[in-house]
Amino acid sequence: MTTVEASKSRSRALIDGVRDSTWGSRLAVVLVAVLVVLVGVQAVKEPAQFTSQLVIGVTNGAIIALVALGYTLVYGIIELINFAHGDNFMIGSFVGITVLSGTFAGIGLFAPISSGSGALLKVAGVLIAMAVAMVACGLLGVGIERVAYKPLRNSPRLAVLITAIGMSFILQNVGLVWKGPAQIPFPELISDANILPTDAVVFRWKDLFVIGVTIPLLVALSYFISNTKQGKAMRAVAQDKEAASMVGINVNRTISITFLLGGILAGASGVMYGLFNGITVFNVGFTQGLYAFTAAVLGGIGNLTGAVVGGFLIGIIGSMADQYVGVRWTAIVIFAVLILVLVFRPTGLLGDRSAVQGGGQ
Amino acid sequence: MVLGALTALIAIGCGGGGEGGGGGGGESPTAKIVSDLPRQGANRAQTTTMVNAINLAIDERNGKAGDIKIEYESLDDATAQAGQWDAAKCAENAQSAAQDDEIIGWIGPFNSGCAAVEIPILNEAGLAMISPANTYTGLTKPTPDKSEPDKYYPTGERNYARVIVTDVQQGQAGAAFMNDEGVQTVFILDDRETYGKGVADEFQTAAEDLGIEVVGREGIDGSAPNYRSLMNKIAAENPDAIYFGGIIENNAAQLIKDKVGAGMSNDEVIFVGPDGIFVDELISQGGNAVEGIYVSFGGIPPEKLGSAGQEFIDKYEENYDDAVQPYTAYAYEAANVMLDAIERASKDAGGDVPDRQAVMEQVFATQNYQGVLGTWSFDDDGDTSLTRLSIQEVEDGEWKLDRILDVEDMQ
Repeated sequence: MTTVEASKSRSRALIDGVRDSTWGSRLAVVLVAVLVVLVGVQAVKEPAQFTSQLVIGVTNGAIIALVALGYTLVYGIIELINFAHGDNFMIGSFVGITVLSGTFAGIGLFAPISSGSGALLKVAGVLIAMAVAMVACGLLGVGIERVAYKPLRNSPRLAVLITAIGMSFILQNVGLVWKGPAQIPFPELISDANILPTDAVVFRWKDLFVIGVTIPLLVALSYFISNTKQGKAMRAVAQDKEAASMVGINVNRTISITFLLGGILAGASGVMYGLFNGITVFNVGFTQGLYAFTAAVLGGIGNLTGAVVGGFLIGIIGSMADQYVGVRWTAIVIFAVLILVLVFRPTGLLGDRSAVQGGGQ
Repeated sequence: MVLGALTALIAIGCGGGGEGGGGGGGESPTAKIVSDLPRQGANRAQTTTMVNAINLAIDERNGKAGDIKIEYESLDDATAQAGQWDAAKCAENAQSAAQDDEIIGWIGPFNSGCAAVEIPILNEAGLAMISPANTYTGLTKPTPDKSEPDKYYPTGERNYARVIVTDVQQGQAGAAFMNDEGVQTVFILDDRETYGKGVADEFQTAAEDLGIEVVGREGIDGSAPNYRSLMNKIAAENPDAIYFGGIIENNAAQLIKDKVGAGMSNDEVIFVGPDGIFVDELISQGGNAVEGIYVSFGGIPPEKLGSAGQEFIDKYEENYDDAVQPYTAYAYEAANVMLDAIERASKDAGGDVPDRQAVMEQVFATQNYQGVLGTWSFDDDGDTSLTRLSIQEVEDGEWKLDRILDVEDMQ
């Protein structure tokens, strides 16, 4: 087949596709096109404002994406919506703030690291807080799986789902008892100063920090899943648990590792959330978890790339809606987009790859 | 619940130091009043002083109103789980008081949301209420919501009064303050709740009356992770000031942090809020970002009260270890108004315990009352005629009185 023929058949396929498409999906395409044009017009009119909002959307989205990965990882393997994941994220931010305060259970270990500390101490504080939170949340994730989900692995799926909701409430109450009902401030360790020379577009050190943490984590996770033996085992378990165990894969251990990975991501994003926004609260896991779960569904639950795309999309849609529609409507816009996507693509934007990663159909 | 009742009883046991010795044979008739305040959570220190102040008012009369012996019980409308007032607890307290015939007076509640639950229940029971702290306008006066305030009074007769000025005056004070500061344009935010939206509406009306241009109005989500895109949008509008109607629980500290973070420092763009964010917690949460913000408070701080007020503070400090808080004097005033009303009603009843109806009428008959807050009267809706409010500023990590405003001319 020559290249001309190939392109001809491809364009024919496209035309056939349009011809076969329903009026509904044509309407959706037109709607999306109109939206993109409207936003585009604004972008041309006020490029600085648009870019600033885009930066804000991307950084907010990065945090959502990291949490969304935890939902989608677990779903991909055992088809469970792990509602406790959002609260694991909250525990991560609490662990981070405890490390930075230098005091645990009333015992002062070192002086609190605050905005007045030296640069080196700040960097070390951030790194240690992140590392401790990642370890703690990873272990917490594994523990939750052992205690709450493993005994129910062969029961109806609803039972596990209810257990997950129960775990979520337990963690929330642990947070409530631990740090109280009020919002808790994080020390300002990362500068609010603008990196860019111009005032029109704001890109702060904090934004750089979020991007600088998220991207390596995403790359590392993707490398782990696609290139390591353990990652291969995870994919195998996702496809067919029984067949995987028949060829000698330790299914229990693989599931544990999945929860460990999810917990590590939750811990990292929890500390990052606190340092970035400056305030955390015991029920932050619920709201952030809700958006992260939405992101996972939007991108196609079970699909890792989908979760990241969904997270960034929700962040960007949120900030654009704040700017061009109104804050009152932001949540409505986000969920309207979700509904629209699910109506026309029931498996999410990039497709539910759990048929490959899990489920085994 | 049992535990809550027990702690309340213990509190009375400790507080009522001056309640006469031994059983006096039970000669004099006895009546009971109760207070209903959130005794757990962020406002605990405040409400403890309020209970002390009510005890002080009773002790000063030797535990009597006229010839009637007064018993007092402090109810708690908060739960540990919520860390603040709880609607179910409010309803429960009101219902049990409604059924206890001995109770002829109710002081409280602290939160407007709680009042909205309690007033209808106690209205049906015909029990007189005086609140030291509720500011939401709709409890007594009409609002854009047509059903207010009538929906709170199923019997059609008023039983609820308050000794603190309402959000109408708070909104006016916020606007008058901005006018003083030369503000031309303002962006208004609220937290989409009864109180927050209400006070923001009052502010908007007052600001427009004063010729301040409202360049935008938004309702924020109290659980959003941050408000950067909102603040970025507001910064582009370049207003002289931002007004936020809401409570601290709805992420006020994050809002202010993001405001400053978006390049709108508190010197250049004035930030004003209502008493819902007039809490020490805001300063610890907001850190440097809240330095230089202003709030209006529907009263005047203890140190600025008149001579009667100063006398009260001295007496309080003689009797109790803790310091007087913003609402302490208001609780004392509410208790005294209630006790005076009971005294007058019992005189009419020939020295007997008056019925609830008589107490209610006497509360509303309070005119030219000379109390610790000054000389004032209740209007037909049970609102005080006081019009002085204070503006507080965060300075060096503490709330400081900025100025006292009289909004009488703006009525």
